[in-house]
Amino acid sequence: MSEPRQQKSDGPTNLSDLREARLEEIRQHAQRAALQPAPKLDGLTLHASPETGYYEMPILKKPQWKSEIPLYFFCGGTAGASAVIAAIAGITGSDERLARDARALAAIGGIVSPALLIADLGMPSRFLNMFRVFKFQSPMSVGSWTLMAFSSNTAAAAFLSTWQQRFSLAKPFRILQTAAQLISALTGAVVSSYTGVLVGATAIPVWNQNAAILPLHFAASGMAAAGGLLELRGHNSPALNAIGLITSLGESAVGVSIELRKNHALKPLKSGSSGWLTRIGGFFSGPLPLILRLLSFGAASNRKKKLRKIAAASAVAGSLATRFAWTHAGSVSAKDTPLLLHGASNALAQKH
Amino acid sequence: MTVTAFLTDSTLCIGCKACEVACKEWNQVPGDGFIWSGNSYDNTGALGHSTWRHVKFVENGVTPGLGGNSPEAFSWGFSSDVCKHCENAGCLEACPTGAIVRTEFGGVFVQPDVCNGCGYCVVACPFGVIEKDEQDGRAFKCTFCYDRQRDGLHPACASVCPTESIKFGNLDDLRAEAHGRIEKLKSMGFDDVQLYDPVDSSVAGTHAIFIVRGDPGTYNMPPKPEVPTIYLRKGWTSAAIASGLMLAATLFAFLGGRRA
Ligand code: SF4
Repeated sequence: MSEPRQQKSDGPTNLSDLREARLEEIRQHAQRAALQPAPKLDGLTLHASPETGYYEMPILKKPQWKSEIPLYFFCGGTAGASAVIAAIAGITGSDERLARDARALAAIGGIVSPALLIADLGMPSRFLNMFRVFKFQSPMSVGSWTLMAFSSNTAAAAFLSTWQQRFSLAKPFRILQTAAQLISALTGAVVSSYTGVLVGATAIPVWNQNAAILPLHFAASGMAAAGGLLELRGHNSPALNAIGLITSLGESAVGVSIELRKNHALKPLKSGSSGWLTRIGGFFSGPLPLILRLLSFGAASNRKKKLRKIAAASAVAGSLATRFAWTHAGSVSAKDTPLLLHGASNALAQKH
Repeated sequence: MTVTAFLTDSTLCIGCKACEVACKEWNQVPGDGFIWSGNSYDNTGALGHSTWRHVKFVENGVTPGLGGNSPEAFSWGFSSDVCKHCENAGCLEACPTGAIVRTEFGGVFVQPDVCNGCGYCVVACPFGVIEKDEQDGRAFKCTFCYDRQRDGLHPACASVCPTESIKFGNLDDLRAEAHGRIEKLKSMGFDDVQLYDPVDSSVAGTHAIFIVRGDPGTYNMPPKPEVPTIYLRKGWTSAAIASGLMLAATLFAFLGGRRA
């Protein structure tokens, strides 16, 4: 598999003469064979036109990512946000148990994320090529480097914190631990949001028309999933509930803005299977947990816990569905030849 | 160093596919199979990891004297498509490994030993050219016969084209030649000939330009290709705001929670 598919042509001169002769042969054959009777047009349903393009073939290639990539968007987003929660819970000293679990969640995500990326590439050694160069203009490059910094610092922070709790840490190690925790939180915020930049800076219309929203959207989604998972772990924390409230409000706003904008490029988010997935993901991320959390304020303690747990589960499921919805919408969008030929307004007019 | 280019003149193309065959033979590209797409005599459909030249077969109405071999037959429009070797290439910018490079001839070349198959170039190409070979795991596209050019030879497709529909040479010379050819065709009564050369887009021109009759959209040539790096500023601004909000919102949640 790793053999070069192409072979170099460093043969002796007579061999290269032979090759040139072969090209001449193809040329002459083509000249002779070109005189062919034209076929009958009967039964031809598709045709080429300025409106529909070349036999309605897609102009763009659809994303060739396997399901590992949307899973990675979810996993990396959750881990990054969890590192932010861990650092701030730790610094404010409000909840050491919560900080510990958030660190663990971030560390697990920091290990699973590169594993998912490697699985998509098919070969571990291929992943190493990501670190040949650093290219600022490639979000894939910036993201890979950030993920590496994130994973290693998060693992270090989790390890040193556990050590400190069990035994105790000498001062230099405590400084190291704080530094690792800080870097983990800062890179975590980038890991949560850069996937939105990555998807937005492409030729796929439904993605690039949302280039400004996607990073905010993905960050909110990751935050919601991280908070939700920690609540499901049994943390009944008002801070996590506040995070749940803020993110579900943000996700509702994203949903409303998608529904209201009249850009033809957004069609895959509103109709067909990708549209349904988007709406289901949006409902579980936005309105449903928002309502449940608002209801929980007036409820008795037992019911309050229950409502918040359902809201948390809904947000996690919504976040996962949202990542798959956007990936799927990209595949649908790549096939929209009329849109690419005529821009949003004409394509819209043509469909009605 | 001179910037080399292709000028593909579809008014001269006879649809013989010698370019497709020569490309496959020279570059040892796997076959596409002889399954007809159902769209005219097209068996390859579009450019892809194993199709680096693709002859498009556009069937027009019956136009006596044009195309076809008899007056009753409909007229043909053929155009041999290829990687545009963009001035601002989406694939090259997006590539995280540095596998995709600009050659000394101005072409865009994928180094197969460096490509790791991340697939980001696939969604970054505004022309839908580069594609990942799912079996091999890496992305492939036209090399502009970089190996042949280095030996002072013309690309295989241009060498075999029996009608000189595919011309190879210096970009500026070919642009001038294209304008001359269009003038000539117009004087012969072909009012609908056009040059496809998207210089006014963010792609800033391509090193593969085309003369076509009628709307280039018929040949799936996008009128306004954009290099996706134009969306980076918006994206990173949003990511910076998102990161700030994540930290601020979490801080707010924990401080507020402590007071409550
Ligand atoms: S046409 Fe596509 S594959 Fe070719 S150079 Fe431009 S972006 Fe790259």
